[in-house]
Amino acid sequence: MGNKSLKKLNNPLSSPEFQLNFLSNGVFATGELPAFQDRITETGKPFLYPKSLEILQINLGYMCNQVCAHCHVDAGPDRKEMMTRITLKKCLDLIESAPVKTLDLTGGAPEMHPDFRWFVSEAFKLGIEDFIVRSNLTILRANKKYYDLPEFFKAHNIHVISSLPFYKKEKTDRQRGSGVFVKSIEALQELNAVGYGIPKTGLQLDLVYNPSGAFLPGNQKALENDYKKALNEEFDILFNQLFAITNLPISRFLEYLIASENYDDYMKSLVEAFNPAALENVMCRNTLSIRWDGYLYDCDFNQMLDLKVANPIKHLDNFDLNSLQKRNIRISQHCYGCTAGSGSSCQGSVV
Amino acid sequence: MNNPYYQSQDLKKFKKISDWSPKLGKNFFNYYNSVFDEGVLSAREKSLIALAVSHTVQCPYCIDAYTQDGLQRGIDKEEMMEAVHVAAAIRGGASLVHGVQMMEVYNKRSM
Repeated sequence: MGNKSLKKLNNPLSSPEFQLNFLSNGVFATGELPAFQDRITETGKPFLYPKSLEILQINLGYMCNQVCAHCHVDAGPDRKEMMTRITLKKCLDLIESAPVKTLDLTGGAPEMHPDFRWFVSEAFKLGIEDFIVRSNLTILRANKKYYDLPEFFKAHNIHVISSLPFYKKEKTDRQRGSGVFVKSIEALQELNAVGYGIPKTGLQLDLVYNPSGAFLPGNQKALENDYKKALNEEFDILFNQLFAITNLPISRFLEYLIASENYDDYMKSLVEAFNPAALENVMCRNTLSIRWDGYLYDCDFNQMLDLKVANPIKHLDNFDLNSLQKRNIRISQHCYGCTAGSGSSCQGSVV
Repeated sequence: MNNPYYQSQDLKKFKKISDWSPKLGKNFFNYYNSVFDEGVLSAREKSLIALAVSHTVQCPYCIDAYTQDGLQRGIDKEEMMEAVHVAAAIRGGASLVHGVQMMEVYNKRSM
C-alpha cells in the first residue's frame, strides 16, 4: 500500500468527474446492468426523496494519519482540506436551529483538526441526543497529545464509532497499513479503561467492519458475535455494536476494483443483491453531509463525488431546511452499495 | 479456451434446474437452504464443510461459491486451506487404505 493519496499522485480516479463518468459507462452503458435510476423509477416515483432530517454529518477535513486501501475519502497525511473556524461556527448555528438528533463528526481523522476539541465542547453545550465521533483508533495512540482523548470523549458523552476492518491482524493491516491492528487494540483497551463499551456506563463504543476485498459483508449479527468472542477472548476488549458497511465503488476502493479486474463482478454482485427494502432506509434520506468548505451533500459518498445537493441552497451560508427538504437525492451507480442485501449505512445494515 | 465446459456465470442459473422439474427442484432448494441454516453445527462450520466437500467433488461452481461465502463470513484463508487438507487427507486416505486390499491379494497369490 502506498502512503500517498490518489490526489497527490495525480491519479485520474481522484477526480469526481472521472469517477462518475466511469460509473456510468462500461456494464451500465451497454445495458448489461440497470442504472440505479431505473431501480428508483421501478418504485413508481421519479426520484429518491428525503425524509425528516435527523443526522447532520460534518466532515471536518480529509487529513488522516492513515492511508487505507479502501478509503472512499482518499484521506491521508497529504490532504490539507480543513474546515475553518468560521465554517465551524456556522455549523454550530445550524445545530442550534435545526432539529438535529444526531451529530456525526467524520473526516479524515477528525481528531487531527486543530479546532476539534473546541468544536466538540461547543457542540456538546447544545445538548445533542447522539453525538458521534468517527475515530480510526490509531490516532488515539499516534502522539502523546491524543492520549487523553478517551477521557475527553467521556467528558462530552461522545458516542465513539471506530473502524476495525477485522478482528485479526493480517486482514486489518493489509487494508489499513502495517502496525494498525496492534495500535487499534491498544486504543480499544484505553477506551474500555475509561468505561467505553462497558455495560451500564452508557458510554457507547461501536465498531465498523468492512470487507477487505471485492465481496459483500456477511450477516452483521454473525460478524458481531465473531468479533465479540475474538476480541474478548484474546484482548479482553468489550464493545457495544458492530456495523457492517459495504465498500462503495468510489475513490481508492474503485481504483482497487479496476486494478484487480474485479470491477464488473463486484458491480454485478451489488446489482444482484439490490434490496428495495433497503432503499426505504438508506441514510441519505435522513442525513445532510457538510463538506469542509461548507457545501452540502446528501451523504459523505456524494460529497466525495462532488454531487452537491439538488437544490438552490447548496451551501451552509444560506441554509434553508424547508427548501432542502424539497430536494431530490442525487444518485449514481455507487448507490447500489447502500442497497445491497441488508443495506449499508454509516450505522451498518438498514433492514 | 474460448468455450470452456464450465462457465462461471452458469452458477447464477442454478435455479433454472427447477424449470424442467418444478416440484423436485423446489424440494431440493428447500432442503439445500435448510441444511445451511444455523443448527447444532454453526452456519460457519457448515460453510467450511461445504468448502471441503466442494474440493472432494471438484465442483468449480461450489469452490467459487463457498470461497466467497467464507470471505463474507470472515473465514481466514488458513482455515479454508486446512479444510481443503481435510478433504485431501480423506481423499488420499481413501486411496491408500485400499493398499491393504492390494497387499492382501498380493500376499494371498504369492508363494
